[in-house]
Amino acid sequence: MIEQKVVAPEYLFNEAEREEQFITGSEAVREAIRRANVDMAISYPITPQSESMHLVGDIYAEGYIKEYFRGENEFAVMSSVAGAAMGGVRVFTATGGPGTLRAFEAFPTWAGARLPVVCAFMTRGINSPLSIQPDTLEMAYMLDTGIIMLHAENSQDLYDMILQAFMIAEKPEVHIPVGVFVDGFFVTHTRDRVKIAPPDIKLPPYNPYSAPVPVMDMENPPIRQMRDPFVMKSNFISYAAHASWQQEILAAAERSRRHIAHYLGSLLEAENENAQVMIVASGTAVSQSREAIESARQEGLDVGLVKLKSLRPFPTEELKAVTANAKAVIVPEFNRVGWLAREVRAALEAKVKVVGGPRVFGGMTMPPDLILDEIRRCANE
Amino acid sequence: MSKDFLRISPAFEDIMPAEYRELVASGPYGKGYGISDLGSHKELLEEHPLCAGCGLALSLRLTLSVLPAPEDTVIVGSTGCSALAFPQVALHNIHSLFGNQNAVAAGLKRALKLRFPDKHKDVVVVAGDGATADIGLDMVMQSWFRGELITTIMLDNEAYANTGGQESGMSPKGAVLNMAPKGKKFQKINMPELAREAGCVYVAAVSPANPKRLGKAIRRAILVAREVGPTYVQIFAPCPTNFKFKPQETIKRIKEREKDGTYLTREYISQEAQEYLAAMEGGNKDE
Repeated sequence: MIEQKVVAPEYLFNEAEREEQFITGSEAVREAIRRANVDMAISYPITPQSESMHLVGDIYAEGYIKEYFRGENEFAVMSSVAGAAMGGVRVFTATGGPGTLRAFEAFPTWAGARLPVVCAFMTRGINSPLSIQPDTLEMAYMLDTGIIMLHAENSQDLYDMILQAFMIAEKPEVHIPVGVFVDGFFVTHTRDRVKIAPPDIKLPPYNPYSAPVPVMDMENPPIRQMRDPFVMKSNFISYAAHASWQQEILAAAERSRRHIAHYLGSLLEAENENAQVMIVASGTAVSQSREAIESARQEGLDVGLVKLKSLRPFPTEELKAVTANAKAVIVPEFNRVGWLAREVRAALEAKVKVVGGPRVFGGMTMPPDLILDEIRRCANE
Repeated sequence: MSKDFLRISPAFEDIMPAEYRELVASGPYGKGYGISDLGSHKELLEEHPLCAGCGLALSLRLTLSVLPAPEDTVIVGSTGCSALAFPQVALHNIHSLFGNQNAVAAGLKRALKLRFPDKHKDVVVVAGDGATADIGLDMVMQSWFRGELITTIMLDNEAYANTGGQESGMSPKGAVLNMAPKGKKFQKINMPELAREAGCVYVAAVSPANPKRLGKAIRRAILVAREVGPTYVQIFAPCPTNFKFKPQETIKRIKEREKDGTYLTREYISQEAQEYLAAMEGGNKDE
């Protein structure tokens, strides 16, 4: 293990001289966690996530993480992660696909308990029939759990977003979980050039007493002892207490916007934003769209690109601004249900035509030609 | 925990609730109280909303009164009748979900061990029979397989009481309950044996009919879990509401069940736990 010194997050993210490495997405996770000053990581195998948590286990064995173990299933792992976060440590885990759904009950409680957990989701198809192939369907289910959702396009994003996620999640006025989503296999199992900070620096440690709720350690007030707990009562005060708590979780996500903008630069990135046809995408659908746009430009078609980095909170105002001149918006997706098209339609309020597709699922890659076909159709209308 | 954390700022003393002021003035933190001290101090459980005659409420009260170090104890609960009492317990306590209590406790214990390596932070799971033996059984047993240093206490009222009296795995065979309209078809789960086989180094089955014995089992279980291994205590806590007997007959019910052999008080202590306890209890483990 290399001796590491704590540096300001901004130095680690923006100023430290980076070395370019040719690594897989799973290895990018390892390099992020190596620099994240994580106290504990809990693992459970599922394809295509497993390799990333093997590699996190390797750096635990090297001494970069203080505690690491394999749990018994994803619901248990997410519960142990919750326990660890309530105990006041920085904790990391990862899952994907059926694992995400197995653990699903835990995610709203992470947000509800104001836990700054960071979890990577290596997305894949959800059975049945049995599939281990890439698909972003699980993200549709995750949209309303209360957690912040970032979507990585490539290994570089994955490395950066995991590190940035800890800083966003742990802000006292935020202090809710952050999920970093990445398309399984396409990113996790392929090599790419990733620029990473030197291994001898790491993020500042988590301060558990920055939490807006008491840490469960019997070292801080309040020791609760109340009569008439809300769960027992069917009256206005208990309803109002619950309702205001839920609103506060939403408000915490809203308050994360400026921190996401600070660390990631923005919630979305736009190219050629005055174009008549805009592609709006997230994850590897962005990369496929770049290919299609290149071909479209050679044909003289005017098309722009919006890459959504943050899905929760959703950059509604930013998206409206960068599509203000568009007559059509195309939303290519790696799933059957088109959850991103629904989000985009809701954000743009029927002021612009939203084409929900192309969509591929079941593990297929998305041919840029499918996107190009949509661009041609929209451009010629 | 230093008692300073509890102290009330003088400016707020007159507006703090009476129960909190009493807790600061005469709470049990750092005092080493036991069962025989009940009545002499402010208890950790401030009243409770459970039914008259509730065996679970009595067991919880006794359990809380014998914690070896309440000032450093965090309780992980689960959904069920006991969850209704925990907001009124003056310890840090967690309700996460139904059945995941031992998984939460495992993460919590390891986190507290990292943060306080030189201190015993007792993580104690207190959950019902449905949470422990049915919906959470995999996580309960996996925490034992892994040797997590936590104490698991089951408040066994032999039914899902909070949801209206449904059959649980801990209900006696033949019991007619909701969801078992023709009577339960299979035996009460033998959790103490499962616990022993799964790696618990201290296992006890006790009841509030014998408070001293209950108190000793809880203390031993928590002490042993500090260093030796996982421990399990099952407390028989009959439910007058769902089994439809008079609230004043709870203890009588326990004694009848002891007599007819359908409820057995027992204690298993592994060799290693015995040695540990012998050192702690001054060599008099049968005291």
